Amino acid sequence: MTTTLSILSAVLMIVGAFFFFTASIGMLRFPDFYTRMHAAGKGDTLGAFLMLSGMALYNLHAGFTLVAFLVSVKIMLIAFFIFIANPTACHAITKAALDAGVAPWTMKEGKK
Amino acid sequence: MIKQCDNVIVQSVSRFLTPFILLFALYVIAHGHYSPGGGFQGGCILGASFILSMIAYDIAEVKRRMTEKMNTVLTGVGVLIYAGIGFICLLLGANYLDYGVLAEILPVGTAKARALGTFGIEIGVGITVMAVMVSIFLNLASGGEHEEGSVE
Repeated sequence: MTTTLSILSAVLMIVGAFFFFTASIGMLRFPDFYTRMHAAGKGDTLGAFLMLSGMALYNLHAGFTLVAFLVSVKIMLIAFFIFIANPTACHAITKAALDAGVAPWTMKEGKK
Repeated sequence: MIKQCDNVIVQSVSRFLTPFILLFALYVIAHGHYSPGGGFQGGCILGASFILSMIAYDIAEVKRRMTEKMNTVLTGVGVLIYAGIGFICLLLGANYLDYGVLAEILPVGTAKARALGTFGIEIGVGITVMAVMVSIFLNLASGGEHEEGSVE
């Protein structure tokens, strides 16, 4: 039981770290504001959700008590609110940029 | 500066999140003794929920619910709670804000009276900080005009 929970939480955290990593690569490599927002918004949201889920599971591995369960519930509440608020903030920032007239990146003529 | 926003996504999510922000603010105020937080931090979160509504909707919309007069009165009420608890301690013969002496008028022991006194102070600080945060944002965002928020 304990081993299963540990392995499961480790897998969740590693997958979450992978999504954070891809979001960072996207931030560095993508050409303009909108594509970077796209990378940061999606990658960070899913990465944070998976990381926090892994932490909530790991918190239970020492023993299933009421206190540990409540802490896990609080961690999952944080994950839930990040899952709602992060895409909304991304949308608001991107819409503000669009209204302010930031031009989207397009492929230059004659370049592959 | 802050124009009427008609973005349905931002408005819906802010409407959905506001009760949870208020609940978290009360949690931070009430858990000030045991965990990071307290009156100032909780008051800031309370003010942030109003500021979120002002950004997502319109300043006039929020001012219908939290009027300027109400805001000013709340600023004073918070300070009154803080100073009032301190002066009750003075009247009971102890130092200013020496909560232990509150046990004489409350049906609890000295330790519990100290906890309750601190909690009362935190509530006063929270109310004042919330009102001042809202008022600062109102003055900055509307350029001191307090009308709709649009000064263009």
